[in-house]
Amino acid sequence: MRFSGFRVFKEAVTGHKGWKPLWRNPEPKPAYDIVIVGGGGHGLATAYYLAKVFGQARVALLERGWLGSGNVGRNTTIIRSNYLLPGNQPFYEFSMTLWEGLEQDFNLNAMVSQRGILNLIHTDAQRDAYRRRGNAMILSGADAVLLNRDQVWAMAPFLNFDNARFPIKGGLLQPRAGTARHDGVAWGFARGADLAGVDIIQNCEVTGFRIEEGRVKGVETSRGYIGAGKVGVAVAGSSSRVMSKAGMRLPIESHGLQAFVTEGLKPTIPGVITFGAGHFYVSQSDKGGLVFGGDIETYKSYAQRGGLPVLEDVVEGGMALMPMIGRARLLRAWGGVADMSMDGSPIIDRTPVDGLYFNGGWSYGGFKATPASGYCFAHLLATDTPHETAKAMRLDRFERGYVIDEKGVGASPNLH
Amino acid sequence: MERIPCPHCGPRPLAEFSYGGEVVPRPDPEPADDATWGAYLYVRSNPKGPQSERWVHIHGCRRWFTLTRDTATHRILDTPLRKEEA
Repeated sequence: MRFSGFRVFKEAVTGHKGWKPLWRNPEPKPAYDIVIVGGGGHGLATAYYLAKVFGQARVALLERGWLGSGNVGRNTTIIRSNYLLPGNQPFYEFSMTLWEGLEQDFNLNAMVSQRGILNLIHTDAQRDAYRRRGNAMILSGADAVLLNRDQVWAMAPFLNFDNARFPIKGGLLQPRAGTARHDGVAWGFARGADLAGVDIIQNCEVTGFRIEEGRVKGVETSRGYIGAGKVGVAVAGSSSRVMSKAGMRLPIESHGLQAFVTEGLKPTIPGVITFGAGHFYVSQSDKGGLVFGGDIETYKSYAQRGGLPVLEDVVEGGMALMPMIGRARLLRAWGGVADMSMDGSPIIDRTPVDGLYFNGGWSYGGFKATPASGYCFAHLLATDTPHETAKAMRLDRFERGYVIDEKGVGASPNLH
Repeated sequence: MERIPCPHCGPRPLAEFSYGGEVVPRPDPEPADDATWGAYLYVRSNPKGPQSERWVHIHGCRRWFTLTRDTATHRILDTPLRKEEA
């Protein structure tokens, strides 16, 4: 079943009786070549690219709950490739290019909206840092424009330009960045993977790994044993718990991350805007709500909710940046569990167990990476070699001293 | 606001404290190889459930202490009240 304008028209005049479920609900087979654990954005994208690009025919994806019930349904939907370090930026730019063709590729409207991301500048030092970052972005093939105060004013005159402590002096704009409909991304990858022959098995929790002589043979699940040539784990938020079943400890600490949305307003915010002085970012959804967020919880937590001190800190940032936000009513707040890695950068790598592969540690930046994460993980699973853009995202980089520390704060997962 | 029981000052608001992460035993640095030292610096058990962890009353008495907290429910299960806690 393909979606098209013609199809919508045809269904409209025939009573919408021809729509089918977007994916099958198959029973698990006794064994597969590759089993993906985790039916979130990254797991679904991995299954999709495995079947579609790397020609893998016997692939299953196991999900404990329902598809997209974790962080892919809980984020602030921002897509961007404005990183600095060589281990990160080419990967995120690869992701950005995949976003640009994604909807045509998997034939579902994911509402990818390239409205731009604007990182504000408040000091001379910040301008230097953003100039360097912009150049790093351009070197990787991404787009970046350094704006002066007047150019920012033309884009967003409602910002608090003359704040005595944090006056706005300019900004770094990435015009190709923007937002995407997060659930649509999960559904698009799920449907695409299913059409390409992947068995998506929901309500199937992995309870253990069968490992013999250092090699993975399959997974024990709540629906019985499933044999596997290779197992790829992409369960960000639960990485430490799932990998502990294979006897592994990870350079990851779990923290809660909150997000907030206001009542629907008329079009106000042109794209995504980030406050350079505090930690606050805001965009406007297609329904009109202002979607915003800030810091993670300072202490480790697996509770999918947040505390009020962070809420207070985030809205203080919002009030400092754009005082008019104080007139909007907060509609909802929600929380998810972020895999905070020890350098704030992700891991896509083999593990010490043969045939067991790991994808996680996305800190609070996993959504924008979804397509490239899936593509690179599929590349690793199918070919046993890392993708060109994900070579630095190794599991052993910490003990070897090759951390990818964008913020330069060291092994402090609550500060990344 | 959640309250953290400081062994010196009693229960105080969370905002007065800073989190020090889970308790990881420090290996002897001299004979430790890269893998051992790297694991000490970076690798964590990260359990969902009870965990022993370090806190510091950074905006109070500045004392470091260890408590046991459930990371899924945030319930504090045990606070040692030893004064000599480093």
